[in-house]
Amino acid sequence: MSTLLDVERLEVGFAGTSAVRGASLTVERGETHCLVGESGCGKSVTALAIMNLLARGGRRTAQRLAFQGEDLLKLDDRGMARLRGNAMAMIFQEPMTSLNPAYTIGSQMTEVMRRHKKVSQRVATDRAADLLGRVGITAPGLRLGQFPHQLSGGLRQRVMIAMALMCEPQLLIADEPTTALDVTVQAQILRLLAQLQRDLGLGLLLITHDLGIVARIAHRVSVMYAGEVVESAATAQLFADPKHPYTQGLLRCVPVPGKQRQDEPLGSIPGTVPRIGPGFEGCGFRDRCSFAEASCAHTVPHQTAAPGHDYLCRLAP
Amino acid sequence: MNENTQAAIELRSVGKTFRVSGGILGKDRRVVAVDGVSFAVPPGGVLGVVGESGCGKSTLARLILGLLTPDSGDIAVEGQRIVDMDRKARARLIQPVFQDPFSSLNPLSRIRDIVAMPLQAQGSFSRAEIAKRVDEMLSRVGLPGEMGNRLPAELSGGQRQRVAIARALVLRPRIVVCDEPTSALDVSVQAQILNLLAELRRDLGLTYLFISHNLAVVEHVASEVAVMYLGRIVEKKPTQALFHQPEHPYTKALLASVLTPEPGLGVPDVGLGDVMPDPANIPPGCRFHPRCPIAEPRCSTETPPLRPRPGGGVECLLVP
Repeated sequence: MSTLLDVERLEVGFAGTSAVRGASLTVERGETHCLVGESGCGKSVTALAIMNLLARGGRRTAQRLAFQGEDLLKLDDRGMARLRGNAMAMIFQEPMTSLNPAYTIGSQMTEVMRRHKKVSQRVATDRAADLLGRVGITAPGLRLGQFPHQLSGGLRQRVMIAMALMCEPQLLIADEPTTALDVTVQAQILRLLAQLQRDLGLGLLLITHDLGIVARIAHRVSVMYAGEVVESAATAQLFADPKHPYTQGLLRCVPVPGKQRQDEPLGSIPGTVPRIGPGFEGCGFRDRCSFAEASCAHTVPHQTAAPGHDYLCRLAP
Repeated sequence: MNENTQAAIELRSVGKTFRVSGGILGKDRRVVAVDGVSFAVPPGGVLGVVGESGCGKSTLARLILGLLTPDSGDIAVEGQRIVDMDRKARARLIQPVFQDPFSSLNPLSRIRDIVAMPLQAQGSFSRAEIAKRVDEMLSRVGLPGEMGNRLPAELSGGQRQRVAIARALVLRPRIVVCDEPTSALDVSVQAQILNLLAELRRDLGLTYLFISHNLAVVEHVASEVAVMYLGRIVEKKPTQALFHQPEHPYTKALLASVLTPEPGLGVPDVGLGDVMPDPANIPPGCRFHPRCPIAEPRCSTETPPLRPRPGGGVECLLVP
């Protein structure tokens, strides 16, 4: 196994708030790693920090942030621009807003390849058409000449995926790639991602809030809460034996067809994700946790339940 | 609870078509949003309506709320035709809860004033009575009274949706139309809101029309489920029957696309192909045939009849 992306103790701060607090994760070659959690827990900021795309005012520090062994923290903007869209690519949530409405699909898809690979327009167009076919778009030649508004949401998301693959990236970061889509289209897009990931040996970092998606396509899961990775394990292990009270709570909230009695209330987690400022100490979940006690306001132990299954809580494995 | 057998909501062959401008040179297009929809919801029932975007579920909600007038057919709420009622009477009978608690609350109004608005609009409540009802309602939906003095921006998504529910219930309506009430919320908050809606329905004897694209949520809250496709209800049954014996190929595909949190199952192939439904261009015959995995030649010419089932029916040529 070789590590593609190695993030150790990543911290991201915006004025007065800590968005990511010491998050660590790795993505291996050919692995799908899901980052799961509620809105505001720091998933997207983690992805943006890895790509060095934080909004103005965002500061990132890390003990280690390496892609294929290269230290991303030492790269200047130019060095990063050389990697972005090339060896590491990203798919965003909103296919409606992340395509430029004023340019054709073809010109947007070929731009990235012409820039990074210095190929002719013709070579780039051929590759674009080839990739559109691979992501299941019929009549790719026609689509290349169309504008984004002429495509449905599902088609636009396929275009985004094809565009991300133009330069044969090693790592693909997908931030909620199916959240804006219908369930039927979601299933198609996820099948496609899983298949491409297998065929091309991509490392895939998939950000989602949907535990159903996690269960079905992830090899490894990291659960984020209030800027920390509170639990990380192989998928089957995490669903079978969740250790962190937040993970357990999340799993109880999800209605499962055929498994839930109608007159029984769903499990829920009282309260909401807190805003955490600099200097915060202790467990970020303690105000919502039914197991919280005084010691949770101090440093929380990092524990290992099984090899590769780590969590951040005082409770014994 | 069932002292009268009159339906809480009853639709008879309701249709609604919109005209969409085709631009300067283009021809106007007719978008068929709802086409010949009939059903009845008994008092205290919860009808779940599911389907993809563009299937007409939100238009259906607006028709039932009286916000749109149907082109054809009749809509009766507790036996009264909704188009004949004046706004105040309608507001006392039926109320909406919408999807987005960020855009459905006036950002410049305090929570207390937002919840009081329906009472004030009636013009028949004293100040003291309004204050009393608002306080009761806020505590009923689980919001601390001091929150009444805040602005929507100071509240979380779940708290805002509680405000929207309080506003919907403050006039003590009989029927609530929930249009994707939890789609904008996180799962942990979604569970809180679903539990609250279930509790309120039980305690206040409400009837819900519950629109959602999330089948797992619908299974949890609904007593009956209607599956919509391009403006028509293609299958309607009591919830358990629909989830355990789905008959329409579209219902089966929808159910197959639900990703339950069960590791190792992979992502299913729902077999619907790439053709997207277009309400401006409804296919002849069975409108689902271009995407149907089991379609036969006759499906593209013959209109499927309604095959009755207990509590509803199925519209497919290929089911017996």
